[in-house]
Amino acid sequence: MRKILPFCLLFFSFYFLKGQETFPVNGSHDKRPKKYAFVNANIITKAGQSIKNGTLLVNDKVIEAVGAGQKVPAGYITIDLAGKFIYPSLIDPFTTYGVPGEAKETRSFGRAAQVLTSTKNGPYAWNEAVRPETRAIDVFTHDQKQAEQLKKIGFGAVQTLVKDGIARGSSAVVALNTNSDNEVVIIPDAAAHYSFDKGSAKTSYPASLMGSIALLRQTYYDAQWYQQQKKEFNISLEAFNKWQSLPQFFEVNDVLDVLRADKIAKEFGKQYIIKTGGNDYQRIKEIKATGASLVVPLNFPKAYDVEDPYEANKLSLAQLKHWELAASNPATLEKEGISFALTASGLDNVRDFWPNVRKAIQYGLSEDAALRALTETPAAFLGATDRLGTLEKGKLASFIITSDSLFKEGNIIYENWVEGDKYVANQGAGKDLRGEYASTIDDFGPAKLAIGGKPGKYEAFISKADDTTKTKVNLVVDGDLLSLSFNPKGAKKSYRISAYVMATEPLQLKGEVNREDGSSTAWSASYTGAYTQKAEKNAGDKPLELGKIIYPFASFGYEQAPQATAILLKNATVWTNEAEGILEGADVLIADGKIKAIGKNLSGGGATVVDASGKHITAGIIDEHSHIAISRGINEGTQSVTAEVRIGDIINSEDVNIYRQLAGGVTSSHILHGSANAIGGQSQLIKLRWGKSPEELKFGGSDGFIKFALGENVKQSNWGDIARVRFPQTRMGVEQVYVDAFTRAKEYKAKLAMKGSNTRRDLELDALVEILDNKRFITCHSYVQSEINMLMHLADSLGFKINTFTHILEGYKLADRMAARSIAGATFADWWAYKMEVQEAIPYNAYLMEKQGVVTAINSDDAEMARRLNQEAAKVIKYGGLTEEEAWKLVTLNPAKMLHIDNRVGSLKVGKDADVVVWSDNPLTIYARAEKTFVDGVKYWDVEEDQKLRDLQQKEKARLIAKSLEEKGKGNATQKATEKTTMVYHCETLSGDNNEDVNHN
Amino acid sequence: MQLILKYISSLSLFLSIGCYLQAQPTVYPAKAQTSAISIKGATIHVGNGQVIPNGTIVFDQGKITYVGEGAGAPAAAQSIDAQGKHIYPGFIAPVTNLGLVEVESVRATLDNTEVGENNAHVRALIAYNTDSKVINTLRSNGVLLAQVTPEGGLVTGQSSVVQLDAWNWEDAAYKTDDAIHINWPSIRYSRFGATNEAAQKERIQQERGILSDLLKDAKAYCEVDNPAVFNGRLEAFRKVFDGTKKLMVHVDKKNDIIAAVQFFGAFGLKPVLVGGADAHLVSSFLKENEIPIIIHQAHSLPSNDDDDVNLPYKQAKLLSDAGLLVAYGMDGFWQQRNLPFMAGTAAAFGLDKEKALATITLNTAKILGVDQTTGSLEKGKDANLFISAGDALDMKGNQIEKAFIVGRDISLENLHKQLFERYEYKYGQK
Repeated sequence: MRKILPFCLLFFSFYFLKGQETFPVNGSHDKRPKKYAFVNANIITKAGQSIKNGTLLVNDKVIEAVGAGQKVPAGYITIDLAGKFIYPSLIDPFTTYGVPGEAKETRSFGRAAQVLTSTKNGPYAWNEAVRPETRAIDVFTHDQKQAEQLKKIGFGAVQTLVKDGIARGSSAVVALNTNSDNEVVIIPDAAAHYSFDKGSAKTSYPASLMGSIALLRQTYYDAQWYQQQKKEFNISLEAFNKWQSLPQFFEVNDVLDVLRADKIAKEFGKQYIIKTGGNDYQRIKEIKATGASLVVPLNFPKAYDVEDPYEANKLSLAQLKHWELAASNPATLEKEGISFALTASGLDNVRDFWPNVRKAIQYGLSEDAALRALTETPAAFLGATDRLGTLEKGKLASFIITSDSLFKEGNIIYENWVEGDKYVANQGAGKDLRGEYASTIDDFGPAKLAIGGKPGKYEAFISKADDTTKTKVNLVVDGDLLSLSFNPKGAKKSYRISAYVMATEPLQLKGEVNREDGSSTAWSASYTGAYTQKAEKNAGDKPLELGKIIYPFASFGYEQAPQATAILLKNATVWTNEAEGILEGADVLIADGKIKAIGKNLSGGGATVVDASGKHITAGIIDEHSHIAISRGINEGTQSVTAEVRIGDIINSEDVNIYRQLAGGVTSSHILHGSANAIGGQSQLIKLRWGKSPEELKFGGSDGFIKFALGENVKQSNWGDIARVRFPQTRMGVEQVYVDAFTRAKEYKAKLAMKGSNTRRDLELDALVEILDNKRFITCHSYVQSEINMLMHLADSLGFKINTFTHILEGYKLADRMAARSIAGATFADWWAYKMEVQEAIPYNAYLMEKQGVVTAINSDDAEMARRLNQEAAKVIKYGGLTEEEAWKLVTLNPAKMLHIDNRVGSLKVGKDADVVVWSDNPLTIYARAEKTFVDGVKYWDVEEDQKLRDLQQKEKARLIAKSLEEKGKGNATQKATEKTTMVYHCETLSGDNNEDVNHN
Repeated sequence: MQLILKYISSLSLFLSIGCYLQAQPTVYPAKAQTSAISIKGATIHVGNGQVIPNGTIVFDQGKITYVGEGAGAPAAAQSIDAQGKHIYPGFIAPVTNLGLVEVESVRATLDNTEVGENNAHVRALIAYNTDSKVINTLRSNGVLLAQVTPEGGLVTGQSSVVQLDAWNWEDAAYKTDDAIHINWPSIRYSRFGATNEAAQKERIQQERGILSDLLKDAKAYCEVDNPAVFNGRLEAFRKVFDGTKKLMVHVDKKNDIIAAVQFFGAFGLKPVLVGGADAHLVSSFLKENEIPIIIHQAHSLPSNDDDDVNLPYKQAKLLSDAGLLVAYGMDGFWQQRNLPFMAGTAAAFGLDKEKALATITLNTAKILGVDQTTGSLEKGKDANLFISAGDALDMKGNQIEKAFIVGRDISLENLHKQLFERYEYKYGQK
């Protein structure tokens, strides 16, 4: 061994170093001409352009000429490719080839020790997730095994990047030949990369998706500021700026994240090339509107194993539908005219690449578009069109030689030339033996030999010349040598033949039949023509039947979006929440999304008349404190102040809880940041327009709010000993967090006002300045009276206003002080005893606050309770004794007031938005059910339609399950059914690392 | 020290008087019933489905002596006019950690979960804190009895049924050590779904093995009247095998429900199902095996995205229609004051109102094995009942004006009412 090792090293170093200009050579130089002429080939120079009988001249690494009738100059090795095809080799624009693999996300807020700033030494960014100084080229080394895997399926060059962090630095474009690291690099710094995943960063921040977004935005602003200053040096920001001139790639895994990434791009005048999760078809209209170019995976889910009905039950409609529709994603992008490249990354196994490309074609992707997406488009994305993507003079000699049209089933990639270096992708490429042959075999007599299948996996049969009975032949091919054996039915012996392929045209096989007695006799077989196998039945023959896309892509999604229509609701009990009070036997007219008229005996013109006798009609419920419809984390509580994070960035339009709450008469929800820190994130008011995109869910035109929090969560009392680092740990400290934050905000504001100052834009302080300027409003999570009193005093002295105390379970103790400052209170009806600070929480709280003149609301903080807020309001009749009208306002008009939207919603008044609920009964009784819920005059919930929707859904699932069973029956690979649970968030939910809106598998 | 305590208590006494308040310590458990009481004119919800409009109920020495129309009622020393009001049997909260937990987030106040997998021998009753401030807030909503139940592990321990007006657990005991509770080994779900199913399945096999061995050992052990070596964990099963102690198995998923019922069936036991999120999917199986069920609170989200959004609200009706004996359980302790509204919700979603009432009264009593003495308003049973101004299953009508436990006229005062009063005083509202 000891002797072999140095020898090996010597060998390898010789091998790898060949041709490197600057490297010394051990021994004599051995430089070869490397001039090749590929003749008689079908050359596809690029999608839609081909040359019949063409010639491709290669000189060293480069294409010297390509065309028909090209003369082959002397000194070229001629390779005859009659009947074969040449394509530009494929480019994968998203790999980790030759660099360390993807860094695991370490998000574990609430479970791991708190790390407040970078643990990395040196002048880098404050946050470890920001690592633009990373250059893939610095850690790159070619990888023989990976390269071969990729070359085998036709790739010649890849973009390789280090998948770690939010700003991931620069990638390289490298060729897949394995000569030397120096020679394979095509572009050392090809593109800049970003993602929402913090990767290996140890810093606790960011712990949520919204934190990732804020961090990246802040980094852009920091980098802008950095260019204008000389005070400090920062390797990361230096690099960040440097890469801005490169193509900008962003990796996400879900369609909503595509929209989120693009929003950042637009803010900074960028256009990202976005690597998607492959479910872009689910929101294609919005995807198209981004104008972004996409890199799209082919990770189509395998069929689910649903033989056990119980297992099948675990699957949601969305999972099953995505399984069926995933392969239509590329076709959808083509149809919409979106520029996209395909990537093999994300496949469980690269062997799935071609079957999945063909599947995408079967699902409507054109072959030209597929070829473009694998060659020209990625080359363009990477700024490498001068060297890659097509077969043209001067470009790199990277191409593949195939048996057939590239996308045809059964096509074989024989060779993959990378920068003029040959790689044999499929052995036995020398001669294609498929065809029919005439032969005479010893005493078997005249026979017909048929060879089918494909090279490497031939299938051969023999039959007597005058008979159609076929006998399977065991055919073994090894280069030009082959052996055949068969055992005809009824014959007592088997025939064994050893032969070789003659170098003649047409094909001829020659050899001998080996007899049992040891003697042999000559044998030959002559090619007589092509062998056409009976076409096997395959799925491609059947017209493709796909289910419809639903909006949202979730349970209870609509195939057809409901529309606003004019409706006249007749003869109901109408709770106006206005001076008119509760009207008996009244009508409500809805049209154009607004309330048009309220009164008796209305005539609606062309409106649809609905008899609402015995029903109650109210304004829609408004939940002041909700955490539904968000993605990946409600708390960015890793710092005491995170005013920069925005719920508006992470709205999840696909959350089934939106639909469930419509069923409880909720029409608007105020989505708040959690309560883990003193100054949390900016909240987002939404209307429950089920089916609409995240941006369309936003209320529109309403004031911005921000979450503050006091008490045990802020001081981390109940998170165990792991949370003893972050300030504050006491209520005393909480006060000082606010003092400090607002002092900084004031200084910042003053600095911004100074002309010519290079003040670093600070997203956190921006939000606080908005508060000081009365442009953003506070809703503060609070429990006990001491802290509530503290914040009120602090606000007075620092000059800001508190709009609402939310939860405020001891509000009853300070209701007079709140009323004096016009601070509203949103509380629970009857929660208590779950922690120390709610020991004196009483269900009479809402009543006492209301009676002291505090604008009071009942909120949910809970996806389940939100659908019964009418009942929670009714409890205040029981506890204290509000009138029914007063109680009803707790969940409608009062929250509208505290959210500054009572000019639009909260009561039934002509001109207000038609956010209207029809109840089966007095909405304050437990027996009432929301029968119809309108938002902007659109009926998103209807108790009868719901039944139909469920029936439809059940049918669709049954169809998909039957289809899955069929897949399994065909012997296709399947995956186990796994349950996907919808994450339900509360104020105190610390973890953000869920995958509720990622629809893979 | 004693001096200081005395000082503090007299100080607080002073404070309470000063604020027109009775502090919780002076909310006394009621004295035994001394004379017959007759409540007249109310709508009596018997609990067994029957409703007596304008009825009269009479009870003496803690027992109901008459229920029916006013005309035939015997005379009583004390008479209460309840015209237009409603009388209900006291609600029963099964499977709760009431009195075992005071402040959820404060470890020192937690006596609900013992360490270890097999705690068949631990008894909730002796940790039940009759002075918990939570208890009185339940009574004032009509909940008069509870099954105090330990949690955690495979075999969690033994519950007891208590009445909610007592000086100490001894007085509170209504049925001591009424059941052993077992968490059926099943896939655990994190917020991300079922993680590492393969390892989980291995664990489940292992745990089922443990249970199987335990049951076999217990059965053999209990065949002998005085085993040579005492084993508390096995001894705990003696009454389970003679049928006087219930076995309650906490299980949710369809396949697990079937497996659990079969498993205990092999030992000749008929468990009570607790939880049963999927019970409606196997209702005929449960009916065949005569398995009663304490379902999870109605106020839950459906467990699957595709489920009918109102499935948890409808489950009681689905199971009741299938002919099963159904009671409602709820999470937690303080939450139990909303128990009436579980039944109300079931009624809103199609279950007959009186059948809905039974899910928190008579059905519960039957399942807990206390229906001989409570759960309905029938002659001979304990006078566990209350008067409500309106429909007690509806928050709007649930106004409890008087309540009796074994005929004792209990206080409906509680911490919350006291704090309410205190701040009404502050604001001059009273």
